[in-house]
Amino acid sequence: MQAHDWIQLAIYLAALFVLAPVLGKFMHQVFSGERTFLAPLLGPAERLIYKLGGVDAQREMRWTGYVVALLAFNVLGGLLTLAQLMTQAWLPLNPEHLPNLPFALALNTAVSFMTNTNWQAYSGENTMSYLSQMAGLAVHNFTSAATGIVVVIALIRGLTRRSGDTVGNFWADLVRCTLYILLPLSLVFSVVLVQQGVPQTFQEYAAAKTIEGAEQIIPLGPAASQIAIKQLGTNGGGFFGVNSAHPFENPTPFTNFLEMLAIFVIPAGLTYTLGLMTGDRRQGWTIFGAMFALFIMGFGLSWWAEMQPNPATGLVSNMEGKEVRLGIMNSTLFSTITTDASCGAVNAMHDSLTPIAGGVALVNMLLGEVIFGGVGAGLYGMLVFVILTVFLAGLMVGRTPEYLGKKIEAREVKWAVVAALAPCVCILLGTAIAASVPAGSATINNQGAHGFSEILYAFTSAAANNGSAFAGIGVNNDFYNYALAICMFLGRFAVIVPVLAIAGSMVGKKIAPPSPGTFPTSGFTFIGLLIAVVLIVGGLNFFPALSLGPIVEHLLMAAGRTF
Amino acid sequence: MKNILQSLRILLVLTVLTGVAYPLVVTAIARVAFHDAATGSLVKKGGEVVGSALLAQKTESPKYFWPRPSAGDFATVPSGASNKGPTSADLVKSIAERREKLGKDAPDEMLTASGSGLDPHISPASAKQQAPRIASERKLPLDRIENLIELYTERPQFGIFGETRINVLTLNLALDQPQ
Repeated sequence: MQAHDWIQLAIYLAALFVLAPVLGKFMHQVFSGERTFLAPLLGPAERLIYKLGGVDAQREMRWTGYVVALLAFNVLGGLLTLAQLMTQAWLPLNPEHLPNLPFALALNTAVSFMTNTNWQAYSGENTMSYLSQMAGLAVHNFTSAATGIVVVIALIRGLTRRSGDTVGNFWADLVRCTLYILLPLSLVFSVVLVQQGVPQTFQEYAAAKTIEGAEQIIPLGPAASQIAIKQLGTNGGGFFGVNSAHPFENPTPFTNFLEMLAIFVIPAGLTYTLGLMTGDRRQGWTIFGAMFALFIMGFGLSWWAEMQPNPATGLVSNMEGKEVRLGIMNSTLFSTITTDASCGAVNAMHDSLTPIAGGVALVNMLLGEVIFGGVGAGLYGMLVFVILTVFLAGLMVGRTPEYLGKKIEAREVKWAVVAALAPCVCILLGTAIAASVPAGSATINNQGAHGFSEILYAFTSAAANNGSAFAGIGVNNDFYNYALAICMFLGRFAVIVPVLAIAGSMVGKKIAPPSPGTFPTSGFTFIGLLIAVVLIVGGLNFFPALSLGPIVEHLLMAAGRTF
Repeated sequence: MKNILQSLRILLVLTVLTGVAYPLVVTAIARVAFHDAATGSLVKKGGEVVGSALLAQKTESPKYFWPRPSAGDFATVPSGASNKGPTSADLVKSIAERREKLGKDAPDEMLTASGSGLDPHISPASAKQQAPRIASERKLPLDRIENLIELYTERPQFGIFGETRINVLTLNLALDQPQ
């Protein structure tokens, strides 16, 4: 932990603090339908898209209409990608002549990208044609990110609107989000990535003769454009198999810095958007504060753990699975950020992290991906916890709970519980089944407690829509392809539907002016309470499972045991 | 039904926009402005492509600096990591074998496989540890090798980001340059 590391960390945090409000304000403009500075350029394109799409962008939707449009759009997108992956050999832009994907892998991949998970049971460079990458998977990187963002915007409208029973127009939100937010940011970011050395070309793989005379194939492709949105949209699916550890995917320490910043900038910005939409910026900073505190706690623990010598291997420097240009601090910071946000890109192999650092990555996901979280998804997840928190606080002080002046009643609390528990059920049931049937444990890569962690991590990553992995475990088989596809689907839509239901049931409620009896939902007390609720729900659900994995492995490692 | 039609139409439009137009625009910019960087940062020697400046390559001759171990033996399609956990007996065995080969004073990073399997860099300490072998194989004075290491050491980017490091391929090509 040298000064050099602390300076990099400080610059990262400062950049986040500066950019979050700037982007948050811009996103508020986009979703309130205001004219943005990009309107002269993109306004005509926006109107053309509505015309080609045959949608009336002005028509407001109730929550049910919003849900139906969202589900139709997402499921159809998944099916098209499934078909594309299974026929890629016959489609253009496949210079390496890669074959069609088998059904199980294609289904897993389509669901994975549709749900913003980007779990990958394949390596891009020997599996995906250029067309599959750019016109299949990368499109989902945009649309799944936009889907997450528009859901939280609809929820905030439900929480803040003073009249009516509608939460917005799904098509308008989706198109504006893609056009004004995701595309311009991706365009700028991808050009910087190319300049730093990320390939962006349609040429076939290059051939080299090494200095010792051996053949080396150099994989190429339209990588930069996809990597930009994979970070910004908290998708995380690598163009190359080893993701942002690959020198082509993350060539320099500067790209690493930008890739980390890109993961957090939209989720952090959305907390500021929340503040603007509620008309009380403290509400936004309060959520930001709770997320930030959980982030720093996790990172501190993880960094400390990675700096300790490993008595089991006898090594002082934990460089297994890491890259020299990035070093331990940047690897640990990336692993914390990518699991806080449901990104799942990795710049070091999480399977080889120390038990505590790997455990922090797991816990970040197990808490529901609410520490900044996936774009949109993190904030709506955290707002579900806010509803549970005001409910619990209401029980404690004997008052009707309210948030932003609106009463929280049985209906909303029930939906909030469904949203908070759906991923937990997938994780615990899935892990339990996988650990007890031969197909689930046949392909683990490590023995002892770490093998169990690999299974737990896989189901957690899928249900939390993260997509990172303890990647030693072999998951390109029927059992994992199907089981994880189910978890990814439920982990996404069994949360989105309840969240939109909450939006729908809140939107019609009256806003009562704050009274002396109102429980304040901003400030440090509420931050503390919110963090406690997040940790208690997560802790009660997962402590037993964590004890069997990272906790026991840490103790065994300290005792110098190997397996 | 209306939703399905609208979904299909919007999907097609967004696919053309984000899945075709966007990567094409980036590719066009890349081609004009950053052609070498966009096509794999290829390194040539006497007109022949000998590798990429960003990718490690398998190098075993004692006359050259060796890169970090690669779990996939420097395969590129795909490359890979060991994914061995911190209590893995296999990892302990690999470490012992590498220490046997590289010497007791080899830094930890040379005993562990990289994340990408293609880590192009080693630390200055790892380069210095290998310098005596290269000096003796090439019958060159040690301080010449050490000067070369010093010359090819990359500091943190902009003085701030990342670690001090040395690109193994670039250094090896410099070794082969005539005086």
